[in-house]
Amino acid sequence: MRSFEYRRAADRTEALSIAGTGARYLGGGTNLVDLMRQNIEAPAALVDVSRLPAEIEDTPNGGLLVGAAVRNSTLAAHPAVRTRYPMLSRALLAGASAQIRNMATVGGNILQRTRCAYFYDAAGSRCNKREPGAGCDAIEGFNRYHAIFGASEHCIATHPSDMCVALAALDATVHLSGSAGERSVPLLDFHRLPGDHPEIDTILQPGEMITAIELAPSPAAANSAYRKVRDRSSYAFALISVAAGVEIAAGKIADIRVALGGVAAKPWRAARAEEVLRGKAPARELFLKAADAELAAANTFDGNAFKVELAKRTIAAVLGELTGAEA
Amino acid sequence: MAIVINGSEYPVPDDVRVSLLDLLRERLGLTGTKLGCNQGGCGACTVIIDGARVLSCLTLAVQADGREVQTIEGLAASDGGLHPLQKAFIEHDGFQCGYCTPGQICSAIAMVAEFRRGDPSYVTPNLSDGPKATTKQEIRERMSGNLCRCGAHNGIVDAIEDMLSGGAV
Repeated sequence: MRSFEYRRAADRTEALSIAGTGARYLGGGTNLVDLMRQNIEAPAALVDVSRLPAEIEDTPNGGLLVGAAVRNSTLAAHPAVRTRYPMLSRALLAGASAQIRNMATVGGNILQRTRCAYFYDAAGSRCNKREPGAGCDAIEGFNRYHAIFGASEHCIATHPSDMCVALAALDATVHLSGSAGERSVPLLDFHRLPGDHPEIDTILQPGEMITAIELAPSPAAANSAYRKVRDRSSYAFALISVAAGVEIAAGKIADIRVALGGVAAKPWRAARAEEVLRGKAPARELFLKAADAELAAANTFDGNAFKVELAKRTIAAVLGELTGAEA
Repeated sequence: MAIVINGSEYPVPDDVRVSLLDLLRERLGLTGTKLGCNQGGCGACTVIIDGARVLSCLTLAVQADGREVQTIEGLAASDGGLHPLQKAFIEHDGFQCGYCTPGQICSAIAMVAEFRRGDPSYVTPNLSDGPKATTKQEIRERMSGNLCRCGAHNGIVDAIEDMLSGGAV
C-alpha cells in the first residue's frame, strides 16, 4: 500500500474543508482499503467520514432520510426499513457477509467499484476502468458475471451493489455536498454507463461527498421483495438479482417497480417491463411477457447468455411472490 | 490515540497503513487472530469491535482509535477456563486444523447477540417479525462470512446451535 495522509472528520463541514479536491472519503473501508492494498487505488489522502452523524429519520411526507455513514447492518435491521421498504432490507442482507455489513456504510456501498476479475488483476490483465486506453480482457475472457445491458466496447463490468438495486426500484434520491454547495440527484442518474470513459463510475465531482439518501413512501415500496441468484447460496455476488414492488388496486397493477442487479454498470431499472405491467391484472403470463420486453434489449457475451433466461424467470418468480399470481 | 484491546490500552501505530490485523499479530504478539485471504473473503481475521463483528484485515488500525476490540485471547475466563462456545467447538468437532477457529468463534459470539436482539437475516421468512427460531439455515446464513477449508461446517453449526439453545452466552 502506498503512503497516504489520514485525517478524521468530526462533521461534514470539516470533512469538506479537509478533503479539498484531492482526497478520498473513507467509510467502512471494505472496498477502498482492499483496492489500496492492491495499488489499484492510491489516494494521496483519506478523510475518514465513518464517524459522522449516522441517523435514520422520518421525513415530513412519510419517507425516510438515511445518513451516508449509517452502517449497512443498521439500515437492514431498522424497523422502518423492514416494514416500509422490505426490498431494501432484504437487498442489504443479501450483500457480502455479516462482518462486512457491520463495517460498510451506505455512502460507501453506493461508491463501491466493480468486482470484475480483470479490474482487480493489475499484474496480468488489461482493463480500461483501471487504466484508460489499455483495453478490456473481459470482452473475450471469462465473462460469466458481466453486463448484458449498457456495456460498451471498452468495458462490460457490472456494479456489484445489492442495496443500489433496491434504491433504484424505490426511486431513491442521493444528497450530495461539495465546494459548490449541495445538490440532489436521483440514484438512477448517479452511476454512469461506461461509454468511452469506463474509468468514471459516477457523476460525483472531485471532493464531493454523499451525505444521505432519501426514500419516498409508497404502497409499492411496502409490498416489495428482493431475490438474488448466485453461484453459492450466500456471500457471493449476484448473477442476477431482482428488486420489485407492486401495488394492486381493484385487481389491477396500480404501481410497479422493477430493477435488476448483476446486469449493468449501474442498477438497471426495468422501465420496459413496468410499462407492460402497469394497469393490467397480475398473471404469470403477463410477468413473462413483461420480462421479455425488458430482456429484448440484452446484448450478451460468450459466458453470460444464460442471464437472459435467468432474469426472465427471476422477474416472474418475484412478481408472482408479491401478487400471489404464481400459477 | 489509543485502542483498547481485551481490556488493555495500546497506542495507535504511527504508520496509518497498518491494518488492525497486522497491529494485533505483528506488533502486539496477539497471534490468535489469523491472517487468511487478507482481502475480506474468508473471515479468519474476525474480531469484535464495540460489540460488532468486523474483519480486522480490512480495518486500518487508526480506524479503531478509541474503540474496544475483543479478540480470541480475550474470551477465556480470568482463571483460564474456556468460554462455553470454545467448549462446544471441542465437543462437536467444530474444527480440524483450527486455523479458521478464532474467527469462527468471535463471529459466532457476536452473531448470537445479533440474533437475540432480533436482527433479521436474508433467510428470515418475515422481516418485520424478525427471526423466530434458531434453525440451522439461519445459523449457516449468518455464518457465511467464515470459511472452513477443512469442511468442519457441520460441527461448527452444531456447536453454535448447542450454545444458542443452552443460553450459555
